[in-house]
Amino acid sequence: MIDLLTFLFWNLLYFAAFVGITLAVVFPFYYAVLSSADRSGERTASGVFWNIVFWIVVALIVLIAIFPFYYAVLSSLETGTQLFIPNYLPQSLNPANYEAVLTRPSFVSSIVNSVFVATVTVVAALFLAVTASYALARVRFRGRGLLLLTILAVSMFPQIAVLSGLFELVNWLGIYNTPWALILSYTIFTLPFTVWVLTTFMRDLPVEIEEAAIVDGASPWVVISKVFLPLLWPALVTTGLLAFIGAWNEFLFALTFTITETRRTVPVAIALLSGASQQEIPWGPIMAASVIVTVPLIALVLIFQRKIVAGLTAGGVKG
Amino acid sequence: MANIQLRNVTKTYGAVNVIKGIDLEIKRGEFMVFVGPSGCGKSTLLRLISGLESITTGDLYFDGERVNNVIPSKRGIAMVFQSYALYPHMTVYDNMAFGMKLGGSSKADMEARVRRAAGMLQIDHLLDRLPRQLSGGQRQRVAIGRAIVRDPRVFLFDEPLSNLDAALRVQTRLEIAKLHHDMRDVTMIYVTHDQVEAMTLADRICVLRDGKVEQVGTPTELYDRPNSVFVAGFIGSPKMNFLEGNFAEAHGCATLGIRSEHIDIVPEGQEMWQGRVVHTEDLGSDNYLFVDVGSGEPLIVRQPGKATIPEGTVVSLLPRPGMLHRFDAAGRPVQMPIAAQ
Ligand SMILES: Nc1ncnc2c1ncn2[C@@H]1O[C@H](COP(=O)(O)OP(=O)(O)OP(=O)(O)O)[C@@H](O)[C@H]1O
Ligand SMILES: [Mg+2]
Repeated sequence: MIDLLTFLFWNLLYFAAFVGITLAVVFPFYYAVLSSADRSGERTASGVFWNIVFWIVVALIVLIAIFPFYYAVLSSLETGTQLFIPNYLPQSLNPANYEAVLTRPSFVSSIVNSVFVATVTVVAALFLAVTASYALARVRFRGRGLLLLTILAVSMFPQIAVLSGLFELVNWLGIYNTPWALILSYTIFTLPFTVWVLTTFMRDLPVEIEEAAIVDGASPWVVISKVFLPLLWPALVTTGLLAFIGAWNEFLFALTFTITETRRTVPVAIALLSGASQQEIPWGPIMAASVIVTVPLIALVLIFQRKIVAGLTAGGVKG
Repeated sequence: MANIQLRNVTKTYGAVNVIKGIDLEIKRGEFMVFVGPSGCGKSTLLRLISGLESITTGDLYFDGERVNNVIPSKRGIAMVFQSYALYPHMTVYDNMAFGMKLGGSSKADMEARVRRAAGMLQIDHLLDRLPRQLSGGQRQRVAIGRAIVRDPRVFLFDEPLSNLDAALRVQTRLEIAKLHHDMRDVTMIYVTHDQVEAMTLADRICVLRDGKVEQVGTPTELYDRPNSVFVAGFIGSPKMNFLEGNFAEAHGCATLGIRSEHIDIVPEGQEMWQGRVVHTEDLGSDNYLFVDVGSGEPLIVRQPGKATIPEGTVVSLLPRPGMLHRFDAAGRPVQMPIAAQ
């Protein structure tokens, strides 16, 4: 009993200390950002000071976010013992690792697999989610709220919990070791989130616009494709992008549902990259491969960021 | 172009009975206005006619054909919404042409109809713009234009002007009146809260109360011969004055109504009522005197021109002969209004 109490006591103490330190570290930043928002317009000494603090905070955040990737890029350009000497500025620009990775046929085919799986997953998930969310947001039927909650509940299950069940399903469907096994499982896992987000968005679209379209002779499918889809662009891009990233990065299912080298997706391929011997971990090629598969994601985000235009519905209805 | 008949139409949402049995005939080419207090079911009734809501029981006929189960686009209706309901991502031209496009009309046909409608409403120069690049008044005109392009048998308006400011409201009201004039055989049904819109636009007004028709008639009929205390109080601004108790008993009724412009200020001795002016309102062209004659609320007396009688004065009032409205305890008229005894 005493043991338990002391155990609890110490853990509480650790927790309090953790919270306290976190707050102590985060709060000044938080305060700095708020203050700079208030005063950055002012040309006074304190205005300038807070402005500088603000940019320092931004720089810190960017640094923390970017550094791992930057370090991967640096390492991917180094070979041999150079890899194991820490350096923070580029010291060599040796493309050997990239050559090594890209000349492996299995790695190239894994990129193709990943692109295929992620793209089909996004298309399938968006198609199903848009039609489902139209029904959930706009059609009045019994049990709608319960259905929405169930959909959300599906996403609570951890991957590992459904892994064996899904494996049985995949076998039964005869799609083991094909991209369709991955597309199926990824779609199942992204759908709840996608449906939920799109339902929320769709609910906020003015009912009158839909009714005007109905009076104009639009069928539900026309309402969805010609009227709602163009208005849902921001939501579609956001959820589609997240679905793509999820499918692109997924490891567990990809490892379980594929067996041959040519059917692997990128995360599995990278994890299974082998060096010259059992004991050697090929850090150079791994880093190069990681950079190669990260670039498309960054490119996608940058491209679609421009497309996410807020206020697309402005002007259609009053208010 | 359609004669609309409602036969004992009801609408219930779950257990809530919103429309409680409406019988109404709207003649071909007529401008019918629905008025009534908020929540009485005006919009619901309009939506039942449009087909956006299904009728619970009863029958709806367009030109003798039962349309209860006909989808909105096949009824030959066009609707103008209070919130415009334009498609935000389409240009004005596409907004107006959308219905025809779905109907599979030819490009030339579409172009001709859109241009003609745009010409009628003077929005030709806006055809390439997006809704968000338009002012509120322009948006509502585009919405009306979209309805015209559909070439409907029946026009339905749900408070189309209530989002516009006062000046624009008058201007758009005139445009709708002109539209009705130009499209003589198109039936129009118009929901509004606004007295002036109802009185000026309507061929006939239908006063709704709590899901039932209270009275249907021309604006003049409703104004001069209201069928109940409710209609008498609802039609006309300022509200009709109501007197109860001894004031009403003297005329053999439970409620006595008199409009503000039908009360004259007379020299002392000739009066029917006497009271003190407790408040005045000057509207420029007219002024209202609020006279406390000893009944519940002060009587409103409308005088032309500027207010000349200061507050606190005691005035003598005489209703014009034949302008008194007498209602019984149930709120129904006792008989035709009679001259003051
Ligand atoms: N979908 C619905 N479910 C339940 N009740 C509804 C629904 N739509 C309308 N009602 C109810 O029906 C009644 C009539 O509504 P309606 O919108 O027709 O009123 P209205 O006369 O147009 O009022 P307003 O002048 O404020 O627009 C209201 O009491 C409203 O609460
Ligand atoms: Mg309404």
